[in-house]
Amino acid sequence: MQFAFTEDQIAITQAAREMLVETCTPADLRKRLADESAIDTARWQTIREMGLPGLIAPENLGGMGMDMIDLIGIAEAAGYVALPEPLLDTAGIAIPLLASLDDNKGWLARAIDGAIVAVGHPVNPFVADADIADALILADGDDLHIVERCNVTLTRQASFDPFRALFRVDWTPDAATKVAGGWGDTAARGALLAAAQMIGLGQRCIDMAVAYAKDRNQFGKPIGSTQAVKHLIATAQVKIEFARPVVHAATAELALGTLPAAARVAHAKIAAGEAADLAARTSVQVYGAMGMTWEVDLHFFLKRAFALRYAWGTAADHRATVIERITTLPTGPDTTFAIELAT
Amino acid sequence: MKLEFTQDQRAFRAEVRAWLEANVPAAPLTSFDISREGFEAHRDWERKLNEGRWGMVTWPEAYGGRGLDLIRWLIFEEEYYRAGAPLRVNQNGIFLLGPTMMEFGTDEQKARFLPRMAAGDDIWAQAWSEPGAGSDLAGVRSTATRDGDHYVLNGQKIWSSRAVFADWAFGLFREPGSERHRGMSLVLFPLDAPGVTRRAIARMDGEQVFAEIFLDNVRVPVTDRLGDEGQGWHVCMATAGFERGLMLRSPARYQVAAKQLIKLYQQHKDHLPASMAERVAQSWMDAEAYALSIYSTASRLDAGGTIGAESSTNKIFWSELDIALRQTALDILGPGAELVPGLSNTDTTGDWLTDYIFALSGPIYAGSNEIQRNIIAERMLGLPRA
Repeated sequence: MQFAFTEDQIAITQAAREMLVETCTPADLRKRLADESAIDTARWQTIREMGLPGLIAPENLGGMGMDMIDLIGIAEAAGYVALPEPLLDTAGIAIPLLASLDDNKGWLARAIDGAIVAVGHPVNPFVADADIADALILADGDDLHIVERCNVTLTRQASFDPFRALFRVDWTPDAATKVAGGWGDTAARGALLAAAQMIGLGQRCIDMAVAYAKDRNQFGKPIGSTQAVKHLIATAQVKIEFARPVVHAATAELALGTLPAAARVAHAKIAAGEAADLAARTSVQVYGAMGMTWEVDLHFFLKRAFALRYAWGTAADHRATVIERITTLPTGPDTTFAIELAT
Repeated sequence: MKLEFTQDQRAFRAEVRAWLEANVPAAPLTSFDISREGFEAHRDWERKLNEGRWGMVTWPEAYGGRGLDLIRWLIFEEEYYRAGAPLRVNQNGIFLLGPTMMEFGTDEQKARFLPRMAAGDDIWAQAWSEPGAGSDLAGVRSTATRDGDHYVLNGQKIWSSRAVFADWAFGLFREPGSERHRGMSLVLFPLDAPGVTRRAIARMDGEQVFAEIFLDNVRVPVTDRLGDEGQGWHVCMATAGFERGLMLRSPARYQVAAKQLIKLYQQHKDHLPASMAERVAQSWMDAEAYALSIYSTASRLDAGGTIGAESSTNKIFWSELDIALRQTALDILGPGAELVPGLSNTDTTGDWLTDYIFALSGPIYAGSNEIQRNIIAERMLGLPRA
């Protein structure tokens, strides 16, 4: 039993986090919006040079041969900066999915080499980042297809989060694009990465609220010196503290693929979503009227947290999984870890 | 990250389970709060635990423990709650004073007190709060006046659980004339010493679960002071860290309660709205989240890490989940919830009403949740003091 990250995992997460915090500031986000660019090529290049998109890819194909547990801290950091580029969708979803297919038509190697492959999983009604993708993985019933972008029609769907590039995809299934294999654990990976990002987003909202509460004076003293404000923020921090270990456990147990493991993923998504939601709303409250403005950067983080709550399965979907687990399998203190239950 | 028990850990679990199955009393013991008989039955259970060297598995062998790490302590606690073993009457001693004494006590104190504590020979009560000093503990007025190699204790302590029948207490006293955090000392005193008067306080349900302690010129040797003279505040804060951290409330306690709640839900679900399943699921998730968090903390501490202000997040989380869990059970019972257990209520899954009443005190004792939120805001997040 070792519920802790290794020194290597901590080091790689720290390196990625420093790069993200440095290159993806709120000022950078505003600049990208003003430029109307679909991707920050300099930042994406840095991400690629660090080898992050291929973190989980096989080493013989140029990847780093790691696992979801090595990526989860980076996902939290990506949430902390509200990273717009599809690092997690590439590293944690598209590449593991391509690697799991019996035939990926060469797209695994291309994705590791820098191609963007967008994923149209049926749990999400729209496909993210399809405009910058070289190819899309799409579903026709139970069949998976890999379709080049030039063979689909994209219709942009405007999200509350301006960095969420969502598209309705119109396409025609073709025997030539069909690939052998299924979705596997793709939805669970998506839920976990969304959960980890929401932990980071929630912490960012709290950190911003703390900074503002120290700085903002009313009644002749910082508002953060009053218990009313302290207790709001502390309550949100408690939610985060008890969602983060659930995300970590769910990631470590993902490979088991059993109902207890699936329920832990569901638990992680619910808990992280509630924590991020409370942190974001608390931060708006601490900022007061300024929190409602475009001028204050808080909305970038609030919007991403908002969107991710509904991506990769809603809380209601995930609650159904938890209810199935607790009503059909043993519970109690000797069943905390998924491996203790065989099914 | 490896969320799997080793062969050794599994063997340890099996050993604990086998011993508990063979030794846990078949019928629940009478409450240690309501009678001397119940109290002594719990003391006998502590003695039995100690004979098997199960009293405090993390303690050094010299003091009656097994010198085990915190993961094994969690396994022990899981099996303990799973088996429905008696509540630990010496909780204030083994979980609070014991760890504090190992950090601040002299060798003489450790040798004299710890083995008797582990054996249940001395059952301990905490004597910190006063009528005028609750959340503001630095407002303590009870005094320890130095008289040669003795202290003379005077004053009044309150909310001392177990104090009606306990043998010893550890109290916070100040040098006459000192103020606030300065001049306080932690002093150990026998509850049957001349000048000590104990008076039980009835809880809202009539149960006498805590007590007042009056001290009138109680003489104790200065060698029964824990930590340096005038360092009482510092020593108490270390104890409070143990209290709010992982020692006081084992996750297994809530996981067993969640399991009973699921059983209760399944018995009644044919006439419950679907939304009740979500509340049951929430209680299960919260109990699990607390367990996962504690495993993560235990892994860090076993690797040489420390616990800081996050012990305050623990205290808020378990106290709030406890109330929500019991309330969900009572809501399932519906109109039957108000019936007094054992008299009119025939539900067999648990004494939900009594557990609910006890849970109501969770956000108050061991430092109110408002104080914990201040600690989180100021020490974890760096917000300015008022």
